[in-house]
Amino acid sequence: MMNNEGGPPSAPPAIRARDLRVVRGGRTVLDGLTFDVAPGTVTGLLGPSGCGKSTLMRAVAGTQAHVTGTLDVLGTPAGAPALRPRVGYVTQAPSVYLDLSARRNLAYFAAVLGTPRRDRAEQVERALADVDLTAHADALAGNLSGGQLGRVSLAVALLGAPDLLVLDEPTVGLDPVLRRDLWDLFHRLSAERGATLLISSHVMDEADRCGRLLLLRAGRLLADDTPGALRALTPGGTVEDAFLHLVDRARVREETSA
Amino acid sequence: MSTARTLATARRVLRQLANDPRTIALLLLVPVLLLILLRYVFDADPRAFDGIGASLLGIFPLVTMFLVTSIATLRERTTGTLERLLAMPLGKGDLIGGYALAFGALAVVQASLATGVAVWLLDLTVAGSPWLLLTIALLDALLGTALGLFVSAFAATEFQVVQFMPAVIFPQLLLCGLFAPRDTMQPALEALSNVLPMSYAVDGMTEVLRHPDVTGDFVRDAVVVGAAALLVLALGAATLRRRTA
Repeated sequence: MMNNEGGPPSAPPAIRARDLRVVRGGRTVLDGLTFDVAPGTVTGLLGPSGCGKSTLMRAVAGTQAHVTGTLDVLGTPAGAPALRPRVGYVTQAPSVYLDLSARRNLAYFAAVLGTPRRDRAEQVERALADVDLTAHADALAGNLSGGQLGRVSLAVALLGAPDLLVLDEPTVGLDPVLRRDLWDLFHRLSAERGATLLISSHVMDEADRCGRLLLLRAGRLLADDTPGALRALTPGGTVEDAFLHLVDRARVREETSA
Repeated sequence: MSTARTLATARRVLRQLANDPRTIALLLLVPVLLLILLRYVFDADPRAFDGIGASLLGIFPLVTMFLVTSIATLRERTTGTLERLLAMPLGKGDLIGGYALAFGALAVVQASLATGVAVWLLDLTVAGSPWLLLTIALLDALLGTALGLFVSAFAATEFQVVQFMPAVIFPQLLLCGLFAPRDTMQPALEALSNVLPMSYAVDGMTEVLRHPDVTGDFVRDAVVVGAAALLVLALGAATLRRRTA
């Protein structure tokens, strides 16, 4: 269950979920999830849209109400005030001010994070460079393309060098070159800064870029394994085949128990 | 609360406005143009203009700040920036304080312009100091900001939030004494007008209009409007939730 490819074997998990449950409007969205995410790893959260990925990410970021069970983030219950500067969270829809430039957006969020004034400009420039937006830094965010806007939102989460990054579909709608560059950035953050990344996607072909995968379907965890191990499950040898195989197996199990 | 974060928020809100010059022009010029219009509506009776003009100097900042704040905070809620801010180390007081400071600064400019034009160009005759008019106007702006922030929590769309303007502001406008003296209203309505903050805003303006000195009633009116603003700001803070369903 534990996966030690990044952090030392004894390090406590960056995310620790035990029987995690979320109910929204009377519907169980997450149904008893139990898993660990090791520190310093890049973990993919895969599943079809509507399976509960965003809810799980909001729970980890501490913005989801009605969470029961255990959910510890960096050794503290999710949502604790001490975690706020240490967790970077990017929602699926870009959440930045459209009537400010990318640079002004970042400068404001850096001030909110409490970055000392003298370090702010440097941090903002680095975040802009990380997402390859330096050339568009002074254009109003509202005039940027959808992909560029998403990268402004991502850059905000990179400010202040958070220990955990929770990224909800950060590469949707990006061209392949940019997508590769962002995945390189994610791996650099984990390798060089020891950051832990939890990245969701509904595109199965991004699975191979992760060190570890959580497969989610209808609020339940189908698998928690490495991409290699999942591919080995079926003759087809793709994560998508493995996903289908696991869904079928779960269905059979449900039918026999019913 | 942190001063640095509050000031950063106020600066950010003002920068957003600076990128929208048309809104700034409308905010500053519409009250002035309406006062000029009103002055010539009462062309034959300039003394009637004094009473209504002074009341309007208190009502304009309340209405415009209500609209601007309710839409600005609704945008924060619907675009996800509010969720992002509350997942960061930002206090609710920092956010609300930042908005109050930014829109308060704008209200100072708006109220100064409107009061200046009314007193010096349109010959609005007030017995008291124009500074007292400005004080009440500023407290009204704060109240408008507070009410806007509060109602934005109950609106899901900009259509809905604009409808709160007739729902929250118009009853106060009808009952504040602008159309008929409050003590001549049906007793139940008079009692209601006694608990609505805009009544005190208009009473305060009337005190300045009639008395050369700061009267006890003026102080009471100013305190009531200011306290109502703070109370509604606190209620607004309670509608900001770090965790949402």
